[in-house]
Amino acid sequence: MKPGSTSAACLALLRRDLTLVWRRRGDALNPLLFAIIVVALFPFALGPETTVLARVAAGTIFVAVLLAMLLSLDALFRSDLEDGSLEQLVVSPHPLALLLGCKIFIHWLTTALPLIIIAPLLAQLLQLPPQVLPVLLTALALATPLLSLIGAVCVALTVGMRRSGMLLTLLVLPLIVPALIFGAGACNAAQDGFAHAAPLLWLAAWLVLSIIVAPLAAAAALKISLS
Amino acid sequence: MNPLVLWFHKLGSPPYFYRFAGRWIPWLYTVALVAAAFGFYGALFTAPADYQQGDSFRIMYVHVPCAWMGLFAYLFMAANGFIALVWRIKLSETLAMASAPVGAAFTFITLVTGSLWGKPTWGTWWTWDARLTSELVLLFLYFGVIGLYHAIEDRRQAARAAAFLALVGVVNLPIVHYSVIWWNTLHQGQTVSLIGPSKIAPSMLWPLLTLAFATHIFFFASLFARARVALLELESGKEWVRALLPVTETSHD
Amino acid sequence: MTDFFAMHGYAAYVWSAYAVFAIVLFADAIAPVFARRRILHDIAARARRAASRKSS
Repeated sequence: MKPGSTSAACLALLRRDLTLVWRRRGDALNPLLFAIIVVALFPFALGPETTVLARVAAGTIFVAVLLAMLLSLDALFRSDLEDGSLEQLVVSPHPLALLLGCKIFIHWLTTALPLIIIAPLLAQLLQLPPQVLPVLLTALALATPLLSLIGAVCVALTVGMRRSGMLLTLLVLPLIVPALIFGAGACNAAQDGFAHAAPLLWLAAWLVLSIIVAPLAAAAALKISLS
Repeated sequence: MNPLVLWFHKLGSPPYFYRFAGRWIPWLYTVALVAAAFGFYGALFTAPADYQQGDSFRIMYVHVPCAWMGLFAYLFMAANGFIALVWRIKLSETLAMASAPVGAAFTFITLVTGSLWGKPTWGTWWTWDARLTSELVLLFLYFGVIGLYHAIEDRRQAARAAAFLALVGVVNLPIVHYSVIWWNTLHQGQTVSLIGPSKIAPSMLWPLLTLAFATHIFFFASLFARARVALLELESGKEWVRALLPVTETSHD
Repeated sequence: MTDFFAMHGYAAYVWSAYAVFAIVLFADAIAPVFARRRILHDIAARARRAASRKSS
């Protein structure tokens, strides 16, 4: 049998992953719920004063979003490993990095994008000043793909492990520290009326680098794990 | 073949390395101990007290060499991990994984002594100083590598996965470091730098360099010892390992 | 001499820093000795089991 073209394979993979997420759309809402709960807990701990909440709002939302994404990262390759389609991807004639890039894109689309969409709501809960909101959304839009990409490399290394949750957190968090620093830092700078373009540009540069390198790294890691 | 290249190839064979390392370990420990004794003598007796920090600056003599070693061990691990992944040399896998616990130990000492130094100097046990924070992230990276290595059943696959993680970390480490510096200066301005780059007197400098030398030698001694153990475990079924066992009733058949 | 040990009031910090250095590195140095003993013991035990299985 002659294999189809690479673009057709990518499209098929995208459609399949989207269908799978749609069939289990209840699960897809879990990260959203988690982020909302975390954000809602902070006012109870810090007190309801508007000034206090506004001060920590951007950082809290960032941490909540990153943790919510981490929660769903664990399952990135799990069902594919269980039904054997992950091995099919590895042995397919198409470049594995490209196929994994498609999977990472779907992960971002189905977990990070909804989180970014509800970010204005979270910002309202924590009394974030309205003029900071565009910076927060831009920073989230740049930082969440980074987590999907770097997370995918770490998931590829832990794939096949029974209990990988805690280990995965340990692997991902130190690597993702700069995203938090630059993202939340840009928001805080905007809130204090400082220039905030530099950290966002740093995030963007790092994202471009990761888009190129991370799928290749994830492919190499997956080959090590499945060898 | 060039004798040096030949020797290098021989070194890659586990039984040869096992014997080679076994010969060197006692010497390395001795040299490290003697150098450390010299260094401590200089650090505690001959170096004058700092005019600003008094005697508390003597913590520098254990803090700074360990900080260097924490980074050196990580780079050594990543370099060996690279060799292991590209040329699939078993010894490099073993060396990469053997350097992780030693590097983590050095990083841990750096954090604890940094904290002990910070209390009298800054008045607090912990501050989110850029260097301390990078050091903390480095410790977490070590924990990640060690954790991944121990979580995978197959020893060689575990070593290759952990070596790969070390490589990912080494690419990320500069980004982490500079982001932390940027973050720190944004919030509180430049903290007092602990050692001025050039204003250190020679009588204060030589104990530092001696101790740095001692910790390097110690690193290789400990690395060799750990690699020997790992090779024994990895090759437990091989003939050369069985030949090491004390003669028991097993050898009667 | 007491002056030396007092470190002008910094004794607690200086000596505990040196103690941490010495203790952690000592622990690091002896850990492989014990690990080696345990592994050699394990290998010997395995070889003995294999031999007894063969002879019986």
